[in-house]
Amino acid sequence: MNLPLTIKDTQNALLEKKFKAVELVDSYLDQISKHNKEYNIFLTVTDEVAYSKAKEVDKLLAQFDKKVIENNPLFGVTAAYKDIFLTEGRRTSAGSKVLESYIPPYSATSVLRLEKAGAIPLGKLNCDAWAHGASGENSDFGPTLNPWNKEYVPGGSSSGPAASVASGMSLISLGSDTGGSTRQPANFCNLVGLKPTYGAIPRYGVIAMSSSLDTVGSLAHTVDDIEIMFDVLRGEDGFDAVVKNFNKAEIKTKFKLGIAKEYFIKGLDNEVEKMIDDVRKVYEKAGIEVVEISLPNTKYMVPVYYIIMPAEVSSNLGRFDGIRYGNDRNSFGEEAKRRIMLGSYVLSAGYYDAYYLKAMKVRSKIIEDFDKAFKEVDAIISPVSPTPPFKIGQNTSDPLKMYLEDVYTTSANLAGIPSLTLPSTFSKNKLPIGFQLMGSRFSEHNLFELGKLYHKEINYKPETAI
Amino acid sequence: MPMVKHSLKTPEAKRSKIVNNIKTKLTREDVLHVAKLSSLTLTDAEIKKFLPQLSRVVEYISQLSEVETQEVKPTSQTTGLVNIFREDQIKALNILPQDKALSGTDIIHNGLFKVPAILEGRINK
Repeated sequence: MNLPLTIKDTQNALLEKKFKAVELVDSYLDQISKHNKEYNIFLTVTDEVAYSKAKEVDKLLAQFDKKVIENNPLFGVTAAYKDIFLTEGRRTSAGSKVLESYIPPYSATSVLRLEKAGAIPLGKLNCDAWAHGASGENSDFGPTLNPWNKEYVPGGSSSGPAASVASGMSLISLGSDTGGSTRQPANFCNLVGLKPTYGAIPRYGVIAMSSSLDTVGSLAHTVDDIEIMFDVLRGEDGFDAVVKNFNKAEIKTKFKLGIAKEYFIKGLDNEVEKMIDDVRKVYEKAGIEVVEISLPNTKYMVPVYYIIMPAEVSSNLGRFDGIRYGNDRNSFGEEAKRRIMLGSYVLSAGYYDAYYLKAMKVRSKIIEDFDKAFKEVDAIISPVSPTPPFKIGQNTSDPLKMYLEDVYTTSANLAGIPSLTLPSTFSKNKLPIGFQLMGSRFSEHNLFELGKLYHKEINYKPETAI
Repeated sequence: MPMVKHSLKTPEAKRSKIVNNIKTKLTREDVLHVAKLSSLTLTDAEIKKFLPQLSRVVEYISQLSEVETQEVKPTSQTTGLVNIFREDQIKALNILPQDKALSGTDIIHNGLFKVPAILEGRINK
């Protein structure tokens, strides 16, 4: 079966009875069993749940009713979740040996919302343990390989979510984004990825990493599909108190975009820089003005992030004591230990003011920069990663070098704003390179509009790697 | 690998200091101290590996000291929301039943979690 790569094509094929949902699941599970051993993408495959959900979908289809899609916007859509989303009765490991046999007693809001909308859950996906990493190599269950070229990393920490969609093992996936963990792997795997506004999508049931930065990420092949996911996932759930209901932003008829001059730093790869210039030209050709803006505190994003994030990590991972569930603290991997200790350090007596308080103040300055920029432009064009995908093992011995991968992505988390990653082109080594569009808080629907416009202009066609 | 027994007191004198907002190099005692604060037990090999790695990161994040922040208020969250309350009502859907709450461990006693003793002198009396 030639698997459709969009939600609409999948649902049309189901409505036209080209195949049944059960047969669709057969095909996806077949792809998983063919390639998962090699690429290490799924940690748990939930075929029983998938088939029972598929049978429900087939039943709905049998009583043919046009309202099926209206009431179930994701009906028949295969989905897989990063293994930090709690799934009741289905193992959730966070990519860590601490939780290697943990079966949660409840499910995350986002999981429940996708499945209520008709999605068919295929399983749980590999990731850097506790979502700590930018390559997938920090998983305690081994690295995931990039489906476009298995010598390269798929990005992280949502390595499995990106690799699963890129390899045709699932149509959509859920990741998380605390400092780029959805956008960077989407970028390395030629996918659309969304980091929503902080407070748009409830995080209840997502294992917490850094609570003032954590967001639920979505990955798919097209902007249309990301928009459908976003509208299913967003809004208050009564559990995550930072979430707020909001109306779809009015779509602008005239856009103005900005590129920060501070983005062109030493370390930015030539091919990535050229791609950003090409993106600018595409928008200009479409009649959209693109201007140079300034985000003067750009160089402090990573230092601020690597104080605030570990501080919150050390607190959130403090609860894992092996008493109520899971193994004890000796089971933490190296990167989790480093981040917990770094966090304890910046919060400890004598250092709090110099590091943590200072970082919270510089965070305010970063937010101010963005507020100022969004008075002038509707969205900002930015690289996602300074380089195309790198080789497995290339950055593992030097944690600081790996942290610098986050130079373009952490700002959206620190400022709480949405950012949409879009596939753009391939490097000379045939590896994906994309860019991101950052907008003001709750401007997601305008970012979607800009994303669709770009993909229309470059005649983008979704494809899988294997 | 041999586990290092941390003494309860980390010698303060051997830990690094902040002088004029500039961090002096991280020491082995710093690493032992934060490991203790973090309830982590490190092997000798880990201490050897983590010391230079953490040192480099601390040196890197210390560059923030050059930013002028005298007049700036700290940001701890970005929602703009304040004091979100809910009704003080118990909803069955919002709580885990006892058996589910206990489902993650076998070490239970009369429907309660059994935990290691934290006070000395009362064991087996």
